[in-house]
Order: sequence, then C-alpha cells, then structure tokens
Amino acid sequence: MQKFISLKSIPTYLPIVNIDTDMIIPKQFLKTIKRTGLGKNLFFELRYDEKGKEISDFILNKKPFCNSNILITGKNFGCGSSREHAPWALLDFGITCIISSSYADIFYNNCFKNGILPIVLNEDKIKEISEYSNRKEEISVNLADQKIIYGNNEISFEIDPFKKKCLLEGLDDIALSLEKSDKIKSFENKVKNQRPWIFND
Amino acid sequence: MPHTLYDKIWNDHLVHEQDDGTALLFVDRHLIHEVTSPQAFEGLRSSNRKVRQPSLTLAVADHNVPTTDRSKGISDQESKIQVETLEANCKEFGIKLFGMNDKRQGIVHVTGPEQGFTQPGTVIVCGDSHTATHGAFGSLAFGIGTSEVEHVLATQTLVQKKAKNFRINVNGKLPLGVTSKDVILQIIGKIGTAGGTGCVIEYAGDLIRSLSVEQRMTICNMTIEGGARAGLIEPDEKIFNYLKGRPMSPKGETWDKAVEVWSNLNSDNGSHFDKEVSLTAEEIIPMVTWGTSPQDVITIEGKVPNPNTEKDLDKKSSIERSLKYMGLKPDTLAKDIKIDKVFIGSCTNGRIEDLREAAKILKNKKKASHVHAMVVPGSGLVKQQAEQEGLDKIFIKSGFEWREPGCSMCLAMNADKLKPEERCASTSNRNFEGRQGRGGRTHLVSPGMAAAAAIAGNLDDVRKYQN
Ligand code: SF4
Repeated sequence: MQKFISLKSIPTYLPIVNIDTDMIIPKQFLKTIKRTGLGKNLFFELRYDEKGKEISDFILNKKPFCNSNILITGKNFGCGSSREHAPWALLDFGITCIISSSYADIFYNNCFKNGILPIVLNEDKIKEISEYSNRKEEISVNLADQKIIYGNNEISFEIDPFKKKCLLEGLDDIALSLEKSDKIKSFENKVKNQRPWIFND
Repeated sequence: MPHTLYDKIWNDHLVHEQDDGTALLFVDRHLIHEVTSPQAFEGLRSSNRKVRQPSLTLAVADHNVPTTDRSKGISDQESKIQVETLEANCKEFGIKLFGMNDKRQGIVHVTGPEQGFTQPGTVIVCGDSHTATHGAFGSLAFGIGTSEVEHVLATQTLVQKKAKNFRINVNGKLPLGVTSKDVILQIIGKIGTAGGTGCVIEYAGDLIRSLSVEQRMTICNMTIEGGARAGLIEPDEKIFNYLKGRPMSPKGETWDKAVEVWSNLNSDNGSHFDKEVSLTAEEIIPMVTWGTSPQDVITIEGKVPNPNTEKDLDKKSSIERSLKYMGLKPDTLAKDIKIDKVFIGSCTNGRIEDLREAAKILKNKKKASHVHAMVVPGSGLVKQQAEQEGLDKIFIKSGFEWREPGCSMCLAMNADKLKPEERCASTSNRNFEGRQGRGGRTHLVSPGMAAAAAIAGNLDDVRKYQN
C-alpha cells in the first residue's frame, strides 16, 4: 500500500451532506475486475451530463481543483454501499486526503486500506478551512504530527494510533495478521471442539 | 458483569487483541459475489497467498445477472466477464459456488439463510453493506470492503475495533397493513442515516419477538441505512425451526448441541447499552420515502416537506436539492405522487412472505395501465416456491412481469433500470440519486404498498386494499 506521510494542495470544497458511494462512483463502473482506472468516472453524475460531456461549472472539472489532492466535504461522507470502488476512484483521481465532520464506517475503514487519510474536524473548522478552497490557496496536512496547516494557523486532528502507523509505513495488514497464524490455528481448533458445526467439511 | 448479545459474540471470536483495542476477529461465514471479489482474488494471486478455509466461504452471482431468459447467457460483456471471473476464481481456490443457472442461485442475503449457511452466534461477513440481514439469526453480520474480503480469504479473520451497543425497542402490535418494512423506515426516519454510526444495533421488544424470521430479516437488512454496520436480534425457537433441516444446517446430535449453545445467545439482564431508543408499534403507519436519502420518510397520510419551514440552512438546502431531483413540489400529498414503475424484489423484500403479501393485495386486481411493474424473486428457490403456490399467476394476471432472481433494479447494474425522471415505487432499500438508473426517482415502500401503488397508479394507502 502507498504510504501517506504529508501533503500540500489546494483543497476542493464540495459542500454536500450524506454523499453516498453511489454518487462517488455509480454502479455501471463496478463491473471492472481491476482496482485502477476509476478516476475519470469519480462523481460521474455530477461531473458529466447525459451526453457524457463535462459539466464545466462542477468544481472538480475546473482548474486548479482538477489537480487537487484534498477533498473537503459535508457530513456522513461515503454512506451506503460497501464498494471499495469509492476510495479506488478517489485515489485514482488523485485525492488522498478527505476532510469531513463524519464518515460512514465501512467507507472510513476502506480509506485506510488504500493509503487515503480521512480526517474528522468539527463543522466550524471545516468552514474555516474551506475558505482556502474558495481562495485557491494551498493547505498542508502532516500525518506524523497530526496537523493541518493553513495560512498562519494550524489545527490538530485525532486518529487511531494503529491506523496512523499503518498509513505512515504503508503496511500490508494481511501480512501483519498472518504473523499470528499460530493463534488463528489454535482458535480454529477450539472452534472445531466447541462449535463443531461451523466447519462443514 | 452482564453482557449484551453483541459483546458475547465479539468475545467468542477474539483471536487476538492489541492494547489499543484493535482486535483480530475470527470469521465463521464468508459470503462473496461477483462485484466486490475479483480484486481480492487478484490480490491473493499477486502475493501468492491461498484461501485459508475454503469451506467457510460461499459464493453466488447476483448483482449482475440478467433477470430475463438466461439460456443465452449474459449479453453485456463486462457483466459476463465479472460473472465468469467469479466462476474461475471459485474453481481455482476451491470455493463452493451457486452459478447463474443453479436453482439455489439468488441474492446473497437470501441464499445464505435459505441454505442454512447463516447460523446464530456466528460472525458473518460479505463485501456488501446489506450483510446485516443475517443478524436476524442472532449473528454478528456486517459488510466489508474488498481489501477486507481479501484479508478474510487469506486469514479467516478480520481486523476490527469494538463498536458501541445500541438497542432499539419496539413494543406493541402492528396495525393491519403495517409491516416490518414500515417499522425499519420509521426507525431510520427517527435516528437518521448516521444515527447508528459506530454502533451495533440490537432490535428488541415484544413486537420484534412476534415477527417471523423473514420479517426480522427485513429489519436487520436496512440497519446500514441507519448508519450501523450490524443489527441483530436474539435467536429463538422460530429461528431454530427455520434452520432445521436446511442443507448446511447442523444435523443429528450436532444439531442438538448447536441448539443448546444458540439458546444462550441473549443480552443479559442489566447489560449496558450506550444508546437506546423506543418505538410503539401501534403508532406506526405505512411509510414512504419522498427524497434521496432513506431517512427522508413520511407516512402515506403525510406530505412532502417544505424547505421554507426549515431553519437549519444545511437541512434546508438538502431538502431543496432532494425535491429538485425528485421532481416534487413542497407540501405535495404522498397520495398525489403519480408513479411509472413498480419494483418488488431485493434482499430487503424479495422473499416468499414478501411476495405473498403483495400477491394478497393484487389478487383479482389489475395494475394501472400506465404503470410498468415487475417482480424479481430473491432466489431460484423463492421463485419455485411462489410458483407452487400460484403467486406467479396472480402477478402476471394483474399485469406484472415475473422475472428470474437477482438484485435487478435494486441497484440497476443489469439491464433493469429507470429512465431519467421515471418514478418508481420500490421495495428495495436505497433511494439515492441515480440508484435505480440515472435521473430515476425512487420511493421506498413495503411490498403491500408497492402492490397498492401499482393498482392505483400513484402512491396509495395499502390499508384500503386489504382483501
Ligand atoms: S438486492 Fe440490492 S441491496 Fe441487496 S445485495 Fe443486491 S444490490 Fe445489494
């Protein structure tokens, strides 16, 4: 997995609440068997009209936002379907950091599996930082220090220490879990004894 | 210390726990389908890993399959590749699969319980957010992303942090024509789509206990629409009777032992819930959604909200946005909303009892002439059962199309979809923008309400149509 250490970018502000994963990447793009290539269809129905033409006043179609790495957005971002295609599409577009006041659980977890940092801030701070999007000025995000730096200000954010470590080091969590193979094995034996109906072989 | 049902299942599945509370949880049952699994298998292959316990995984193709004549295969090339990829992966890694032409094929959340693969006290995961459905059996069941699917395949475990306990009590008796779909829509309206975020919801109370197994599944199914990953209900005799004799249920002495263990799966008296909400069943009225979020509910007697009466600016603009998308004027009466399509099906309401409920309303009645209506059974076995009971004839006589099983217009990934601005009364679970087709407008309702809407040609009160 790609590491996340720090980032500097002009943020994109998309002030819509409850953005669901159908909106982030509609189902017709879920027919792929790959993880890559979804960026061009990110926010498809907001970005393109019925004929497939770019909607010129949608923020991500405009410069400099089409090159933005940070998305600031309304609460409960990523609700709905569990599709990991949503973070894949964001990542493929170039967005590796999201700032919102809340996320849906599955989406939040999926971000960390893909080197994307989802930051939680309160609504007031979000309004303040979104000004930098309006003014087209860069902000910086530093994961090690858990800080966002904008203009002469900075603000700290909370993050689970284990998730932070995985992002900073780009750890493969399957490899980490497989280090506990012995424990899994003995747990399986316990299951075979106590709940023999679980294994149907 | 008293424990909740969720606490107990959690503790029973802890393989390892770090000091910070990050846990490795054993997964008893893993369901996979064609849309969220290909990249997981690709990941296994590229890192040279095997599936640790193939017998604990069950695969079924559902999201992409056509619901019309299947003898010619799938005409959409990408869908075809995805379904074939699932077949190839299952073969390569030794996983049991119900292919498109197997009569046991169906929506993954209908098939699992039907086969007895779903069992009380287990941890069940699937790369699909409606996995919570299986919680109706007293299992801890939740949706996961594709990277997690890969993790489960490789390790038979999942990295998790414990969620909070949230109990929703529903007591009393439901009025005639009111169903578990109305109960869950009412709950979501009350707690909001983020109300359950970070929680596991236990549904309790005498109304919940009085519900059939399938009605309970409808409630647990839409838990994710309230923001919680898992929703569960204490298992009881009804659950055990439902499971007895199913192909993958335990047999003989093992069955007896299993029932003994399952009978202890409950929340202890005095166990702690971080959050609690109560509803009275008698007060619940048939519900419909008017907007583009499942929390946008009104009763069939109500009217669409007016943004001008909303003081909160964010809420106001969100109502305006939804009304615009839905093509509705403020204060429109629910019963004045004219519809073009009716869809009965999905993992929320595509089981036999749902079809019976709709057929009961439709018997000897015709759908309105301008309405296009279809029924998509949740599985091949549901379809077969319905045909044995003659329900297919009732649907066809009243002007419905009778289709092959699958997800169909619940997410419109196959050919079944709404055209822009078409309006649909749907028994599915999501009314997001574009969910049933670009520009399509969805009103979520119960199967009986969908039948009533088909007859009337507009949203209507099912209580008028009781045969
Ligand atoms: S029926 Fe709908 S909600 Fe259920 S699994 Fe299929 S697409 Fe998902």
